[in-house]
Amino acid sequence: MIPAPFDYARPSTVEEAVAALADEDAKVLAGGQSLIPLLRLRLAAPTVLVDLAGLDALRGVHSDGDDLVIGAMTTHASVLADPLVNRYAPLLAQATGTVADRQVRHRGTLGGSLAHADPAGDLPAVAVALDATLEIAGAGGRRGVPAADFFVDYLTTALEPGEVLTSIRLPKRGEGWSTRYEKFNRTAQGWAIVGVAAAVRRENGGIAEARVALTNMGTRPVRAAAVESALTGASADAETVRAAAGHAAEGAEPTGDLSASAEYRSHLARVLTERAILAALGQAHAA
Amino acid sequence: MTVTEEREVGSPRRRKEDARLITGRTMWTENVVLPGMLHLAILRSPVAHARITHVDTSAARELSGVVDAFSGRDVADIQGGLPCAWPVTEDMVHPDHPPLAVDEVRHVGEPVAVVVARSRAAALDALAAVEVDYEALPVVLDLEAALADGADLVHADKGTNRSYTWVFDSGEAGTGEAVDAALDGAEVVIKRRYRQQRLIPAFMEPRSVVVDPTGDQYTIWSATQIPHILRFLVSAITGTPEHKVRVVAPDVGGGFGGKLQVTPEELIAFVAAKRLGKPVKYTESRSDSLVSAHHGRDMIQDIELAARRDGTITGLRVKLLANMGAYLGLVTPGVPILGAFMYNAIYKIPAYRFECTGVFTNTTFTDAYRGAGRPEATYAIERIMDELAVEVGLDPVEVRRRNWINADEFPYTTVAGLTYDSGDYEAATTRALELLGYDELRREQAQRRDSGDTVQLGIGVSTYTEMCGLAPSRVLGSLRYGAGGWETASIRMLPTGKVEVVTGTSPHGQGHETAWSQIVADQLGVAFDDVEVLHGDTRTSYKGLDTYGSRSLAVGGIALYNACQKVVDKAKPIAAHMLECDPADLEFTGGQFRVRGNPDNGKSLADCALAVFAAHDLPDGVEPTLDADAVYDPVNFSFPHGTHLCAAEVDTQTGRVAIRKYVAVDDIGRVINPLIVEGQVHGGVAQGVAQALFEDAVYDADGNLLSGTFVDYTLPSPADLVDIVTDRTESPAPDHPLGTKGVGEAGTIASTPAVVNAIVDALRPYGVNDIQMPCTPERVWRAAQGGGA
Ligand SMILES: Cc1cc2nc3c(=O)[nH]c(=O)nc-3n(C[C@H](O)[C@H](O)[C@H](O)COP(=O)(O)OP(=O)(O)OC[C@H]3O[C@@H](n4cnc5c(N)ncnc54)[C@H](O)[C@@H]3O)c2cc1C
Repeated sequence: MIPAPFDYARPSTVEEAVAALADEDAKVLAGGQSLIPLLRLRLAAPTVLVDLAGLDALRGVHSDGDDLVIGAMTTHASVLADPLVNRYAPLLAQATGTVADRQVRHRGTLGGSLAHADPAGDLPAVAVALDATLEIAGAGGRRGVPAADFFVDYLTTALEPGEVLTSIRLPKRGEGWSTRYEKFNRTAQGWAIVGVAAAVRRENGGIAEARVALTNMGTRPVRAAAVESALTGASADAETVRAAAGHAAEGAEPTGDLSASAEYRSHLARVLTERAILAALGQAHAA
Repeated sequence: MTVTEEREVGSPRRRKEDARLITGRTMWTENVVLPGMLHLAILRSPVAHARITHVDTSAARELSGVVDAFSGRDVADIQGGLPCAWPVTEDMVHPDHPPLAVDEVRHVGEPVAVVVARSRAAALDALAAVEVDYEALPVVLDLEAALADGADLVHADKGTNRSYTWVFDSGEAGTGEAVDAALDGAEVVIKRRYRQQRLIPAFMEPRSVVVDPTGDQYTIWSATQIPHILRFLVSAITGTPEHKVRVVAPDVGGGFGGKLQVTPEELIAFVAAKRLGKPVKYTESRSDSLVSAHHGRDMIQDIELAARRDGTITGLRVKLLANMGAYLGLVTPGVPILGAFMYNAIYKIPAYRFECTGVFTNTTFTDAYRGAGRPEATYAIERIMDELAVEVGLDPVEVRRRNWINADEFPYTTVAGLTYDSGDYEAATTRALELLGYDELRREQAQRRDSGDTVQLGIGVSTYTEMCGLAPSRVLGSLRYGAGGWETASIRMLPTGKVEVVTGTSPHGQGHETAWSQIVADQLGVAFDDVEVLHGDTRTSYKGLDTYGSRSLAVGGIALYNACQKVVDKAKPIAAHMLECDPADLEFTGGQFRVRGNPDNGKSLADCALAVFAAHDLPDGVEPTLDADAVYDPVNFSFPHGTHLCAAEVDTQTGRVAIRKYVAVDDIGRVINPLIVEGQVHGGVAQGVAQALFEDAVYDADGNLLSGTFVDYTLPSPADLVDIVTDRTESPAPDHPLGTKGVGEAGTIASTPAVVNAIVDALRPYGVNDIQMPCTPERVWRAAQGGGA
């Protein structure tokens, strides 16, 4: 189909973008990989599209002290290729590598993925697992929102109308940390039925700290708190991991759809959590 | 005497059409742009069954850029009805099928109203201004419930949801014994119900049509597989004299049977063009395509197999419920009936009964999809052969071997009444087992079972045959099909010795231009590049029966071969005249006529072509042309066969199925171009695997198509498939001068049961004997938790 008519703005600064978004029915256009299908199906019909493609300042990755800062308009392909990301946030790189196909990864952006907040999207859970802060600009100035608070509901975030997500700030996780994104999908380039983003820090052979977040186990990414606490301070053996992973679906409220029932999703969350943690620990899963 | 020196046939030529097809720099219907051309948009029903109580297109007509807007009521008297060319029984219920719904809609996606505008965007925008009120009617979806007494009706005026019941009984037909007796006295009876889920052909190029009324001529460009049938039927339906209708199928991007149809959209575009006297284009979106282009499969198969304890089959009874959808398309009722001849497969079965009931539901109508009836049949028999193997304690290969027709028994007349031409099932199977490493994988399977590995290994066997080369016209007539099964070819010798071939087949991705050029190059002794193959335009190719049912090479190839012989026959007296010898002393090799015993003195076909062009010095009474036409009506179907083996790993914790190795050994007779054959097998296997694992067109309880986009209609990509190991054995077709059979559907037919058999085989220790397709991870996981799914 063809989208309904709309006006088009192409600002070159964040301030201009925010100004262009003053119209109530305006919408930001980033890579267009999620938005354009919605426009074509006429499920969305904004009056103005504010294209961020001209905002070079929102593209690229830089180091800022203990943090890594990634511009919202950085494409998935650039994230994947970035040496800083691969060094300090390999979980993000690995998960990004599972997003869609090459063509989509060359247009889709990290900021777009997070702002879109699709429960089946891979990167929101990663942002939660890595304790990211989402940096936002609006008419009232700039603010930072922790990932845990950013994702509100199905396709709904803490972004207010008129606000632009400008960058994603991640604490660098170097020495001692190891991570794994375990994605289960029906086809190689399909969306996740369930995904598990796991990061563990080892100390003296045991697990000192663990962060686990789940994709598509609810309308927003879910922190697997019970798994984390069962792992913290525990030994890094397969039995312990299996027992801890058994708690993965606790508190999650997955839905059923054509590709999986809620019950099966909960089962997958447990199996994949075990596999993700074992893989992060450098142990192949039992299978 | 003609001695052909074969240089081209058998060589893996790259396809000459691919450069333009792959780059898209060619004439797709969507690329047709005509002066003054208007664009049509179609408003489709959002509900599965309802009475249309009110339609108003007047607001849409007022919008800028809009030229016309109308509903079914406005054109009810002139739009005609869509044809069904295969009334399988005398009393078949055949409801009216108006292109635009008039009083009632019967499936989601049914066309209700149209807008014609100066741009596509304006037409689409204006759809929102068309007012339609619907009064809901009960929705019929379940095949068994639809046949119950007092069921809600899809077509109230017909008083039933049953379209037909068609029966073949070997006892009655005299081709075998009565099946009831076989089943009653059997040592072993296995009874199963299989479900063929609904599939969507999902061709790459969406359907597109342009209708240009110029003077009293109508030119229709359409992304169709069947330009000739379309011309005939448009003429019949609209009352336009046939010579005033020209159909062009330019390059067409895939069909898989999905474009073997006369569509509502084609007729709607015709009506609009006629109303307005202007060219009109309609190109569907992918979403429209998924919901409105005909679907495939969708059957419930009840199958009963009787056998002795030693594994010998004594009888087979098949009872089908086939979902027609809301209407009958071009060959809808006939699709399951093609399967009637294939349930007995490659086996010697003494007693057989097949019964099929076509049922109406409030869904998109079904029709041909790659294999059409034959994949469904092969699936059911090959699945139940594995069950028989388990029941009698034999290896699945051995149980097949005990029942199949042996190489020395051909030609073999089956219990379904067909005569299989040639084959060697043992040879193909032996080769496939070697290539797979069958024994070694069986050992690995045993180890994994013993150790309780969470990843289990299964091996699926599928031995198949199919009927290709549709079809002997007499057979089609006896099955009440509305047309014949012959095919045509014409050869035009140009004065410079170049060759134009006109074929009545209508390629839409199969590579006819290449294969036909190879055949002509050998038969006429001209260069491959000196042959141009023309197709798909009823002005150049005025006669033909198009492309489907693996018929093009198997039938059209013979017409082509015969036309070549006629050209040579015509040239011979001319060459003899130039060489001043008796035609009887000439032989034709490598494009040269030579006097036998005098290899130095010759005349080429090009010399003859130039001679007839000038026509200055021809023998008396010789017509100055080398051009020739041939029409060939096959004497029999051809019966390719093969053995496909699939080794699959099943993760019992997640239900994920990973194909580890896939072997396809096909026997399709002689091969014209191995590269094209390889492509057909790969594509076919991919589609068959997709039915086993991925694809499913699902309706909700209200008749909404849930899998209406490619996010939910799960097509695999290359990353989901493995390298397919292919090989061939060769049993030439005795009825074909080139020995070829057909390969267009083989992969699709063989692969689905191979994959499902592998998964079930992997999970036998878990008590599993069936898994409903598509075998999604969740279904497989549930099965591994304890029995069926
Ligand atoms: C075929 C296909 C397969 C896919 N598979 C996957 C997959 O497996 N996993 C996965 O995670 N994703 C997948 N995606 C989605 C892909 O990752 C998209 O790139 C992403 O969801 C959206 O990014 P975008 O830059 O294209 O955003 P757009 O489509 O341009 O925008 C998406 C939404 O976010 C808003 N938005 C975008 N940027 C900003 C910003 N800076 N500030 C405020 N609002 C903003 C837009 O207004 C819009 O509402 C797939 C997409 C396609 C087309």
